[in-house]
Amino acid sequence: MFWDREVETLPRSGLEKLQLERLQETVQRVASKVPFYQRRFAELGVKPGDIQSLADVRRLPFTTNMDLRTTYPDGLLAVGLQQAVRLHTSSGTTGKPKALFFSRKDVENAAELMARSLVMTGITSSDVFQNMMGYGLFTGGLIMHYGAEKVGCLVIPAGPGTSERQLMLMQDFGTTAVHILPSYALYFAGFLEQRGINPRQHLKLRKAFVGAEPHTEETRLRIEAALGCDVYNSYGLTEMNGPGVAFECEHKAGLHLWEDNFLLEIIDPATAQPLPDGQVGELVLTSLRREAMPLLRYRTRDLTSLIPEPCACGRTHRRLNRITGRSDDMLIVRGVNIFPQQIERVLMSLPQVGRNYVILIEGLDDLTVKAELSASAFDGQVEHLAALQEQLTEKLRAEIWIRPKVELVPAGTLPVADGKAKRVIDHRVI
Amino acid sequence: MSMNLVAVFAENRPGQTARITGILAQAGVNISWVTIASSGRFGVMKFLVDQRDQAVARLKAEGLMVSLLEVLAVEVENKPGALQAVAEVLGRNQINLDNCSGFVANNRAVLLIETHDLTQAQAVLEKQGLRLLSQQQLQTL
Repeated sequence: MFWDREVETLPRSGLEKLQLERLQETVQRVASKVPFYQRRFAELGVKPGDIQSLADVRRLPFTTNMDLRTTYPDGLLAVGLQQAVRLHTSSGTTGKPKALFFSRKDVENAAELMARSLVMTGITSSDVFQNMMGYGLFTGGLIMHYGAEKVGCLVIPAGPGTSERQLMLMQDFGTTAVHILPSYALYFAGFLEQRGINPRQHLKLRKAFVGAEPHTEETRLRIEAALGCDVYNSYGLTEMNGPGVAFECEHKAGLHLWEDNFLLEIIDPATAQPLPDGQVGELVLTSLRREAMPLLRYRTRDLTSLIPEPCACGRTHRRLNRITGRSDDMLIVRGVNIFPQQIERVLMSLPQVGRNYVILIEGLDDLTVKAELSASAFDGQVEHLAALQEQLTEKLRAEIWIRPKVELVPAGTLPVADGKAKRVIDHRVI
Repeated sequence: MSMNLVAVFAENRPGQTARITGILAQAGVNISWVTIASSGRFGVMKFLVDQRDQAVARLKAEGLMVSLLEVLAVEVENKPGALQAVAEVLGRNQINLDNCSGFVANNRAVLLIETHDLTQAQAVLEKQGLRLLSQQQLQTL
């Protein structure tokens, strides 16, 4: 199903022509309106007129996370504040957040991309859409809400409330689709199990959209099995409107990035040089339609690779592979580079392991993985638990090349986050 | 003639036994047998209780992971060689003991046996003339 068939299936040549026009227009505008970019252009000796092809994007300056912080609160605005209608922020672990402004057109456009993304998975106006993401400064709640409403779904703005209330809404209003954090989806599945609720029998759920936290294919399969519905991966970031930057179609084979709105590059995060298609590197995005706060070559720090082949669905917008991690999520333990997703992949591949886990680094590089035991895996035998622990330790060692300490804990004992799950706790004192 | 132990998975840290037995006490459940086995940071507590279903329901309601284990209670003579006699008959029949515990009350000795071959174990023990106790009999020794 298509929301905007013409744009979604635009031949590559037409799409690239559109990209170039929009890139030139964006560059022109920031060069005339944003002092930050004026300075950067001067430093690099580049003028808007130099952008004659899409490859010329490489002459433009990068924008980093740090640039958003140093220009906080409104140093990157390309319109007057009176034209901005919406503020969202992206949480930072330290210090000030990043502030992102939307004009009325930006809000409408974000909703449009969201609508395209949802319809691409088969969502229609008959769906009852329960949005379990946080509303407020976080884009995940509101932008998705606008998109689902645009499609014509009945939208239930549940937010991240208690599981009791989520379940009540699902039962009373026949929810068919949810937007949910993957960590919470796993927790919620456990809650349903405890209540003796079989989603296939007692609920009408048919689709779940998960995002905002990087997660593995193993986690998707687990959520699909536990909630009895199709699960679609989504990718977005506040800096680029929030959710709906890239989304899976019904084939679930990579995320179509809306290239009429975002110009993508994949670079080597160390050298900032472009990488050939298919190689894993850092995703860099230039907004092509953002009005209030366009960003050039924004370094997302998200690691992925491009799938250049056309998709069976007929869309011409190229696909990204699942985000394998954020370059700043990488842990260095005993000199070894480890991504939390590697650990998650191992944990979620074992059915005896439950739905919540935490990675602890303490003292001098001691890595401990605490994993909950799945409810059905406990047979009362301490020896079986010890054997599982050993098996898990060995599998992790094979994956990450260092031997972690594994602790099995009863289901429900690890803390559940309100918002994004905190999977890594680093107590090292350096 | 088997009975069930209630097995509970718990973290091995101070206060856990008190917490779990507290739940049972509050529910008015009486414990007539207990073993605790730990392995590093976690452990398993096993209880023989008078109200099995009530115990399981309350423990689960408190969010604990609970499982039932089927065991045999064998009465043996309270004299040297009694345990050996049981072990020997099981061994001869290729039956492996997963866990075993025992006690003496009122001059009567009882072994609680966990094994994968429960039916087989029961058959060979009875053939040997050993008495298997019901839960009722065990609790009124």
